[in-house]
Order: sequence, then C-alpha cells, then structure tokens
Amino acid sequence: MINIFEVLETNKMILEENLDVRTITMGVSLLDCADASLKTTCDRIYAKLTRLAKDLVKTGDEIGREFGIPIVNKRISITPAAIVGSACCKKPGDFVKIAKTLDRAAKKLGVNFIGGYSAVVSKGMTLADELLIRSIPEAMATTERLCSSVNVGSTKTGIDMDAVRLMGEIVKATAERTKDRDSIGCAKLVVLCNAPDDNPFMAGAFHGVSEADAVINVGVSGPGVVNHVLKSIRGADFETLCETIKRTAFKITRVGQLVAQEAAKRLGVPFGIIDLSLAPTPAVGDSVADILREIGLEEPGAPGTTAALALLNDQVKKGGVMASSYVGGLSGAFIPVSEDQGMIDAVNAGALTIEKLEAMTCVCSVGLDMIAIPGTTSAATISGIIADEAAIGMVNQKTTAVRVIPVAGKKVGDSVNFGGLLGHAPVMKVSKFSCEGLVSRRGRIPAPIHSFKN
Amino acid sequence: MKVMKKAIITVVGKDTVGIIAKTSAYLAKNKINILDISQTVVQDYFNMMMIVDITGCCKSFEDVAADLGEIGVSMGLKIRCQKSEIFEKMHRV
Repeated sequence: MINIFEVLETNKMILEENLDVRTITMGVSLLDCADASLKTTCDRIYAKLTRLAKDLVKTGDEIGREFGIPIVNKRISITPAAIVGSACCKKPGDFVKIAKTLDRAAKKLGVNFIGGYSAVVSKGMTLADELLIRSIPEAMATTERLCSSVNVGSTKTGIDMDAVRLMGEIVKATAERTKDRDSIGCAKLVVLCNAPDDNPFMAGAFHGVSEADAVINVGVSGPGVVNHVLKSIRGADFETLCETIKRTAFKITRVGQLVAQEAAKRLGVPFGIIDLSLAPTPAVGDSVADILREIGLEEPGAPGTTAALALLNDQVKKGGVMASSYVGGLSGAFIPVSEDQGMIDAVNAGALTIEKLEAMTCVCSVGLDMIAIPGTTSAATISGIIADEAAIGMVNQKTTAVRVIPVAGKKVGDSVNFGGLLGHAPVMKVSKFSCEGLVSRRGRIPAPIHSFKN
Repeated sequence: MKVMKKAIITVVGKDTVGIIAKTSAYLAKNKINILDISQTVVQDYFNMMMIVDITGCCKSFEDVAADLGEIGVSMGLKIRCQKSEIFEKMHRV
C-alpha cells in the first residue's frame, strides 16, 4: 500500500516544484473534410472539430481536479492544412479562411492553441503548400490561437532550400504583420526538420497523415522536480546523477501516462503517445537552465553545457521510456529562451549566444526556440539559421526547429514581452555576416549518406 | 466483482484539536470508509494521510474534494483529496 512519504513526495512535486501535465492534445484528422468548395471544407472542419473535441477542456479539467495535478493546456492538432485545403484553395486568401475557421473552432472549444496550419515540404512544395506558406503572415495576423509550422527537410529527403528561402521571407513578413504586438505571430510559427506526426507541443504540433482519425497525445513536464531532486545530491558522481534524473523522469512520466489513458478512456479516443519532455515555463523554479546550473555550470552557455544537456536529455528519455507504453512526439528537454527564466538570465549575463544554443540543439529537443532577434535581421540570414538547424536535424536523424522572432523595431539589448506561457525575451545578437549567396541558390540539399558516420 | 475505488486524503498544517474527528465525521456521513491512517511531522508541520474507500459514496468525487477543502480552510489547514492512482502509478512499477 502507498505510504505517507510517497504521498507527500508526489504532492510536494505538484505544490512546490511545478509538476504538471503540460498539455493534452487531441489530434484530429481533417482529411475527410476536404472538398472542392472552400465553404463546404470550412463547414466540415468546424463541425468535425466541435463534435470530436467538445468535451476536451471539460474532461481535462475534471481529470486535473480528481488526481490533484494541474493540466495546464488543452489543445488540438490537425492534419496539415495545406493537404486539407489543396482541392479548394486557389489563392493564399482562401487558406486564410481556413485559418479563421480553425481559430473560431478553437475559441468555441476553449482550447488555447490549435496547431496544424502546416505544410510538409521536405522534398518539394505543391502549389497548395506554397499558397499556404504565403498565407501564413495574414493568417497569423488575423487569428489568435492558431499555430503554424512548416517542415522543410528530413533525413530521408534532404532539405528543400527553396522552402527554406521562402520561410526566411515569411518569418520576416509575419513579424511585420504583427509588429503592433511585438511580432507575436512569429512566436506561433515554427520551421522544422524531421517533424514528428504525433507531437503534442505547440507551435509544431500537427496530426500527420500516418495517424488514426483522432488520437490523444500528452506532453509532460517537470524541470522544477528534476532541479529540486538534484539539489539533494550535490557533488555526487555521474552514476548517481544519471540514476537520479532517470528515476525522477520515470515518476513524472507515469503521471502523464495515467492522465493520457484516463483522457483517452473518457473521451472515447485512442491513446497515442506520451511526449517525454522537460518543458520549462517562465515561472521561477520551472527551468531547464537551472538544472544545467545544478549539474555544475556557472551559467548555461559555459563550456560543458552541451555535455550536461546531452546527459540530461538522455536520462530523461531512459527514465521516461520505461514509464510509458507509447512514446513519441519531440521527447527531450526543451530549451526555449523566452519561456525559461534561467535561460533569459543566462542571455542577460552574456553567457548564452545563438551559436551556443545551436550547438545545444544537437543533443536535445528541439531547436532554436523562442529567440527574439533584431527586427533588422535580413530574410536571408533567417533562412541561413533555418538551414543550419535543418542540417543538424537531417544529419543527426533528429527533429530540429527554428522559432525566432525578428521583432520589428527592436534591437540587441531591448526586451520583448509576449505574455503568458510564451514569456519574455531579451533581443539576441545575430551574426552580421551574410549568407545571401548560399540562400539564393535554387533547389534542394540531397539526403545525407547513411553510412560512414563520423 | 466491483472494484474498490480508493482516494487519498492529505491534511497539512498546524496541529490542532479535532482534525481527525472533523474529517472522519464528514467521511462517515458520506459513507466513505477509512482503510488506513498515518501521520508524521515534517518541518514542524502536521501531515496526515488517510486511504479511504469511496466506492459507496453518494456524492461526486469533485464535491467530496471541494467539501474537504472547505473543512480544511475552516481549521486553517490544507486538505486535499485525490484519486489514489496518481500515487500508485508514480511510485510502483
């Protein structure tokens, strides 16, 4: 039988160390909503979402109250909208109508984000893909809860550099279109390589075509719990350090597994996967950066940061895999800057640069995330940053992503505030040297060789 | 066979007269059976845990949790009532 110390430990994690279930995301296939008429497509999308997910928020809240664990977000991911709209959208404005329909459904359902305003163009763009991509600035400016993502490469296909070049321009245009709100549109737009079909986390969540009609995916969290437990073993050897992280990740993930199974049962939708994530929030004590400090770095960004993060990421996976029947999504420690107070502090201390963050993305989930950069950064430079991250993902067979915000009117040293979970961020320095010659080339980077690994 | 539904009630706060009496009176009134009680003092705080059987309870789980929360507030304590699976899943392989 459960003893009092175990009960107290669990409740301490929840009440003092910010343990929560970060998101229950319902993935919904909209393939059966496609029609040659835009209006019919939009009507079907709205009807299907509001039917399948009508109890999502209520059920999430009920489970949260019964188990005494906060379930922070209830969200929806959909089939990449470029596929759903390919038969009926003849211009970017048509896709914006789908965007508004999705936003309206999200508001009706009370979910805080809906993801999947996406195109998967790892090898090439269809006309519909390109129209959707070109509609992103307008879509992000005229919706509130919509998240957009574009997958520009994969290990099997290489990198579509035409899409990379276009996305540099789209990120800039989205920043410009939402400049009255610190370019917040870019905080809901991510460019990925090797994007998973079952990711429950925004902004990159979409319901891939390999998925069933509807599915429940859950993202767990708990950097505060890991940080706290590491404080109790300061100075321990690596074996103890790794075992402790593994055990903690196991406990955190078990809660996610319980919530996922319960949500799936109550909603009558199959359980998909648990995303084994350490997802920080701007709340004090809920920071991945603080774990890196606890492992032994004066500041994240110091030499040794990549090693510490690799260790952390691997132990989180090892502990989590055992705790869940199905694992998927992004699975790993997240290192967003604006959503992690410890990372913000490290940037402000001058310890952490974009270049070091890029190195860190080689060993963790997921990429250059929530980084504010000067509004004057050129589209080509943003494309260069995207290409670098995509190359890391492509060669290392992992998901990588770029979510940078070239904040209109802001320069290095300024700060921006996106509010809520998106947090606030110092504007970071970007290399002043140009990559125009590389980015302006046409075509794609071939898939990498899968042998001779060095 | 009907599966027993278990909940864990935790009481945290400054020790005072009548904590168990008041809590168990409420449980008895609502047909909730106490299976186990244990208590400890951590950092000067009184901690009590009850494992209870809520199978026969006529109220909804959420109402019970809310009522117990209010009883806690009236005594200056924090009383939480959670379904037991969260603890079992976390601490048992």
